[in-house]
Amino acid sequence: MPSPFRHHRGLAAALPVDNIDTDQIIPSREMKTVSRDGLGEGLFAGWRYTEPGGREPVADFVLNRPEQAGTSILISGSNFGCGSSREHAVWALMDYGVRAVIAKSFGEIFHGNCLRNGILPVTLPEEDIDRLIAQASGGEIMIDLAAQTVTAGALPGWTGHFEIGAYSKRLLLEGLDPIGLTLLQAPSISAFQEADARARPWVYSAG
Amino acid sequence: MATLFDKLWDMHRVGDAGDGDDLIAIDRLLLHERTGGVALKSLAAAGHRVRDPARVFSIMDHIVSFRHGRGRDEARSPGGEAFIVETREMAQTAGIHLIDTDNPAQGIVHVVAPELGIALPGLTLVCPDSHTCSLGALGALAWGIGSSDAEHAMATGTLRAAKPRQMLIRVAGRLSPGVSAKDLALYIIARFGSDGGKRCAIEYAGEAISDLSIEGRLTLCNMAVEFAAFTALIAPDAKTLDYVSGRPFSPSGAQVETALAHWQTLRTDEGAEFDEVIEVDAGKVAPQVSWGTSPEDSLALTDALPADASARALAYMGLTAGQSVKGLAIGGAFIGSCTNGRLSDLKAAAEILKGRRVAPGVRAVCVPGSQAVSREAEALGIDRIFKDAGFEWGAPGCAMCFYAGGETFPPETRVMSSTNRNFEGRQGPGVRTHLASPAVVAASAIAGRICAPSDILVEGGVA
Repeated sequence: MPSPFRHHRGLAAALPVDNIDTDQIIPSREMKTVSRDGLGEGLFAGWRYTEPGGREPVADFVLNRPEQAGTSILISGSNFGCGSSREHAVWALMDYGVRAVIAKSFGEIFHGNCLRNGILPVTLPEEDIDRLIAQASGGEIMIDLAAQTVTAGALPGWTGHFEIGAYSKRLLLEGLDPIGLTLLQAPSISAFQEADARARPWVYSAG
Repeated sequence: MATLFDKLWDMHRVGDAGDGDDLIAIDRLLLHERTGGVALKSLAAAGHRVRDPARVFSIMDHIVSFRHGRGRDEARSPGGEAFIVETREMAQTAGIHLIDTDNPAQGIVHVVAPELGIALPGLTLVCPDSHTCSLGALGALAWGIGSSDAEHAMATGTLRAAKPRQMLIRVAGRLSPGVSAKDLALYIIARFGSDGGKRCAIEYAGEAISDLSIEGRLTLCNMAVEFAAFTALIAPDAKTLDYVSGRPFSPSGAQVETALAHWQTLRTDEGAEFDEVIEVDAGKVAPQVSWGTSPEDSLALTDALPADASARALAYMGLTAGQSVKGLAIGGAFIGSCTNGRLSDLKAAAEILKGRRVAPGVRAVCVPGSQAVSREAEALGIDRIFKDAGFEWGAPGCAMCFYAGGETFPPETRVMSSTNRNFEGRQGPGVRTHLASPAVVAASAIAGRICAPSDILVEGGVA
């Protein structure tokens, strides 16, 4: 179960590229364990290390710069997390210490995976993202989930507002287990299935 | 008046999940060994049981070896055996269906699910794999999810979801001879961008869609995730009903008639409204090839690279803006995957390959999408055509579509690929993937350079 997310203040790094896919976030070759843990080392492995499978850092990759040590917020372009459904992409971000990603838009499945794991996906308008990338990356960014706002140390007077579904917001704020929440509705699910099995028996009896 | 998507959504809506989400009943859940073991393990660790094991199917496909005569646990990637073994053990413990590596029905989950009748019109299907949208081709509401959602679906029989916006893509006219569903998919993504599906549920309709075979529809819907769609759908018609009947997990006996009557109601009502509508003229679609590192970086084979092509993509692909993709020398060719690993794909390639040889220096690999495809191809002598042309003929699975640390093409190899993704490193570190239809891949393998099937046919087989 993820820990609650209320406010977050952290160092931001810019990855100003559109369509960053989950193969880049964690290459398949880095998904080495049958587990959710220990994947942070493989985060952005193709961009972060000089050799596939190696651990020699690429000096100018943003997360390898000394001043970016401890980065916990990423700022990126449109369609971040597109591609494969691998939840390992989110587990790798989590394991590395990333708590929020601010982007112009997100891959659908990745977006849901973030919410299930306590990472906040923040969508802001293009002009806000461009300003953040130009002026606020490398500095501190503050995110207040309850107020749905983003502020940046480097941009006094500026406040970004983001939308988030109320259920997702509650999951994050309270660190809830989605399965536990849904199981509270088990009687409705059973009632639905009993009626549905009369209408569509083949769904329930096949095989 | 309701859209097909509205009908499917309402039919599966268990109730209000609070805060704007719906609780949606999931009819069948598919798992594979790359993430299935993790999901089953963490579900068990959290103390939850699988609510209805008979409706959960685990299929080995992602990292199984494509070597003929492979061992039961043999993986393509180093350490991959653990995923196969773990998924098998967890599936057996949970009592779900298991289609193991040595099962005659084994293959890629999105190829096998239609073959076995696991995917049917009107069903909700989910799988922790982004190409689950393929199954919308049968009029099923199918979408890719993450591992946590797979656990949720197993434990509760439902998923919480906000109803997505809806898009109609109407493809008027007919595709020209030699233009396939893959070309149409790449054309749409290139024209409207890889974010162009706007997270909508898409319905494909129009003459060109009705014309497509079921396998072509599966290919088209497969690529919807590369278009940032929530999923894609095609209303079931006579072809669909004919395709799905009599399969192992299809309705049988007295249920057949009820099912048929139900399936015939699955269509968008006249006048139902969509949030977005895209019109495509099928006649304008030419054979496509991708040049960059996103499927949106695609163009007609005869077109030159755009002047404003991304410098990053050009550098990775070893290209310059304005140049032509056609004629580029290639070092690899791959036919297979959940996009284009079906019998009709292999047949289309075999038509080009028959009596010809792959150019020297090209490593060409064909991996049938399933054991059934493999058996049918062998019965028709298609495997022979591939092998005689110099193709390797692999054992079914996702092999060579994505890199998992095992055997692949060398860095900077230019590879013509019938798969769905040309991302950086997708088929191996530094590998330069060009997406295309099986026919275009086959023609390019023969020529040793990127070309159209018509170029090969004109040349009479001499590249």
